Amino acid sequence: MQFMLLFSRQGKLRLQKWYVPLSDKEKKKITRELVQTVLARKPKMCSFLEWRDLKVVYKRYASLYFCCAIEHQDNELITLEIIHRYVELLDKYFGSVCELDIIFNFEKAYFILDEFLLGGEPQETSKKTVLKAIEQADLLQENVDFQMRLFAGVMVPNMVSESSGLFQN
Amino acid sequence: MPAPIRLRELIRTIRTARTQAEEREMIQKECAAIRSSFREEDNTYRCRNVAKLLYMHMLGYPAHFGQLECLKLIASQKFTDKRIGYLGAMLLLDERQDVHLLMTNCIKNDLNHSTQYVQGLALCTLGCMGSSEMCRDLAGEVEKLLKTSNSYLRKKAALCAVHVIRKVPELMEMFLPATKNLLSEKNHGVLHTSVVLLTEMCERSPDMLAHFRKLVPQLVRILKNLIMSGYSPEHDVSGISDPFLQVRILRLLRILGKSDDDSSEAMNDILAQVATNTETSKNVGNAILYETVLTIMDIKSESGLRVLAINILGRFLLNNDKNIRYVALTSLLKTVQTDHNAVQRHRSTIVDCLKDLDVSIKRRAMELSFALVNGNNIRGMMKELLYFLDSCDPEFKADCASGVFLAAEKYAPSKRWHIDTIMRVLTTAGSYVRDDSVPNLIQLITNSVEMHAYTVQRLYKALLDDISQQPLVQVASWCIGEYGDLLVSGQCEEEEPIQVTEDEVLDVLEGLLVSNLSAAVTRGYSLTAIMKLSTRFSGVNRIKKVVSIYGSSIDVELQQRAVEYNALFKKYDHMRPALLERMPIMEKSASNGPTEIVQTNGETEPSVVDSKHPPPVSQPANQANDLLDLLGGNDVVPVIQTTVPTKPASAGGELLDLLGDLSLTIPPMTAYNKNGLKIDFTFERANPNPNVAVITIHASNSTEADMTDFVFQAAVPKTFQLQLLSPSSNVVPALNQGTVTQVIRVLNPQKQQLRMRIKLTYTLKGSPVQDLAEVNNFPPQSWQ
Repeated sequence: MQFMLLFSRQGKLRLQKWYVPLSDKEKKKITRELVQTVLARKPKMCSFLEWRDLKVVYKRYASLYFCCAIEHQDNELITLEIIHRYVELLDKYFGSVCELDIIFNFEKAYFILDEFLLGGEPQETSKKTVLKAIEQADLLQENVDFQMRLFAGVMVPNMVSESSGLFQN
Repeated sequence: MPAPIRLRELIRTIRTARTQAEEREMIQKECAAIRSSFREEDNTYRCRNVAKLLYMHMLGYPAHFGQLECLKLIASQKFTDKRIGYLGAMLLLDERQDVHLLMTNCIKNDLNHSTQYVQGLALCTLGCMGSSEMCRDLAGEVEKLLKTSNSYLRKKAALCAVHVIRKVPELMEMFLPATKNLLSEKNHGVLHTSVVLLTEMCERSPDMLAHFRKLVPQLVRILKNLIMSGYSPEHDVSGISDPFLQVRILRLLRILGKSDDDSSEAMNDILAQVATNTETSKNVGNAILYETVLTIMDIKSESGLRVLAINILGRFLLNNDKNIRYVALTSLLKTVQTDHNAVQRHRSTIVDCLKDLDVSIKRRAMELSFALVNGNNIRGMMKELLYFLDSCDPEFKADCASGVFLAAEKYAPSKRWHIDTIMRVLTTAGSYVRDDSVPNLIQLITNSVEMHAYTVQRLYKALLDDISQQPLVQVASWCIGEYGDLLVSGQCEEEEPIQVTEDEVLDVLEGLLVSNLSAAVTRGYSLTAIMKLSTRFSGVNRIKKVVSIYGSSIDVELQQRAVEYNALFKKYDHMRPALLERMPIMEKSASNGPTEIVQTNGETEPSVVDSKHPPPVSQPANQANDLLDLLGGNDVVPVIQTTVPTKPASAGGELLDLLGDLSLTIPPMTAYNKNGLKIDFTFERANPNPNVAVITIHASNSTEADMTDFVFQAAVPKTFQLQLLSPSSNVVPALNQGTVTQVIRVLNPQKQQLRMRIKLTYTLKGSPVQDLAEVNNFPPQSWQ
């Protein structure tokens, strides 16, 4: 997968994950063009289109379009499954996910995506395992730096200054 | 300073903005606050501020001033900070940024962190956007993690390794040892990512491919287990066990089995099993079947398996889900060359897809249909394709029309059918056919001698209906001009001959001349057609009248033609029948349009210099170069020198000379006159290209002895192109007893003033003579 975009029916970007290095300008251009192309598609049309030299797979879930650009040797039908799996993960995590959840918790949407895909490929095919990992990471976040500091034991580079806290070394 | 507002608060606020300007204002205000907060090196709220910045970045606003802050967050000890920091890095710090490399050390530390979630963050970031330098620095760490027993980390390390290999292919070798027992893992995540890693390595290196072939049995076993095992809740998708893994294994098998008999044999059974046992009611099953079909077609599978695969695709074509139909058509297009007969069996379904609503499906179906046309099904297929041409969107018409022409040319069962088909295309999609189809069609028509009457009749009838489609009108005018006599004499055998009078025909052609719908080129065609009819019809007065009217047309092309035709009536009436007689059958290789009167006349390939010819012209290339050098080299186009023809000039050549003498609109000139050698230039415009001036040189010799081994060369400035045709002879007879003529064609697209340098070589009374001259006295009409 080269990139994944989530956007609303008005063309507002809700998430962008790029797996290829491109300049900000290029990303903006691609986003703009692709969003326009996909939004112009009629409902009866199939979920695949050829765009530039890539294959684009898209699917609409409620008010959000999930759009992936894949390479020629990639399987379009399984990409639809990948998109669906991501939606299921979001749904499980947020409990009946809707666009607002993704707007207000965009960073969580990214975290979930990053537990499911890495470098554009699925890293975990079990829904349960992905969700468990997110859960654990969230817990870690909530537990104040306690565990981090206690078990770190790693040299900390100079540019970091410690915040005031109970466990300052 | 008050605490910076929370992320959700900011999002809520920004969403209340009613206009773009209002939003911009809010953003600017917040950015200012964030900037000052960054300046204060505030650690507590850095995370919150960066998160807000990322949100604003997604809205499209610049966020580069947060790049360094991301680095600080990554280096922090708080997991929250790291999480946002790495997210920010992935969004803002791609390898094009200067500060990108500063991450390397942090990532290195985090790869060795004691908490796996931190290691995971580092692996994820590296695997998504690590630059080549970073990958080089950290490959060792990744390799280490690839060998860990922690499956959470191992699976991430595998995909990270894929990225490293993509960025720095030379490092691939270093991951080889770690791949040893990757496939013995039970963990599906690790299995999946391992297969991805192995696929990447095999695709990049034939050595790796050969090395990993031995894994085929193991892969087959894993796949078998997935299919045969009972319900596994953790990996189940609509009744199928881990479809993602299945698809990936099938893809790896495809790469391993390609061009290898043994491997292909080893996977035959499992492929058949997957193909027959997979549930097809949902997309997920079809995804696996699709991958299976691709694999079967690519490896050295036995024919039974291949037929099975194509049948699966055939079934896909009947699926309600348009995605499946699309995928089927794409795959069939790939296999139609190799498994033509098998795909033929599904022809009717494919043709039905032409009527699909989806544009992509229609296009695929059209391409596939053309690929399936052959001598047996041409009639039926063409019916469907012509129907499609009638009703399809404009974006398809040009390609479809071209496809129809090509197919018709290859497989036409009869000449009549061929012409009917062409007529049908011209009348339904006439404005979309490509420009070169007009001359091609004309050439085709001249070749079908027995169909001339039928063709002209049908074209005439088509013109009566509709004169808006230019290619149709052009072909029709040309035919009427050529075969008008057949039309009025009612000689048609193929169908009921229509009764047409000469006046009616001229009415139609004149109608074309005045109509707003006619393009300039079309008008040219019809005027020429009218002229040609002067030798085929009995009443010429009307034609004379028309021709003289257009002698003062504003359109320069029409005017020129009319004036020339007028001259034919007046001064050269004796030549008119010869000039306007029936066209000969044209060879397919003739590159010019049919209205070109100049035919091949000993023209050789411009770039070929025949070294077998006698010595006098044995070094034309050198001579051309000499000319170039003398002219300073830079502004001159090399001369295309042709050799003396071995056979005498054909009748066409004489015609050329005659035409050369006509000099209708451009006065002749003397280009050179020295030492008894006189060279005159006469001009005509080449039809139909007004940018080409055709100059005929007439070399005459007033001395007492013949000039032998006469060679004329010319060079023109860079903006021109020049072509020299063969001379009539290389002996200029003495005492003006005859002339040597040669035709020069000059292409002058920029309409610049014509200049020429000429070089003359000949032998007079045994001694060689050579002379150079510049020709600058071209009459303005020759290049304007």
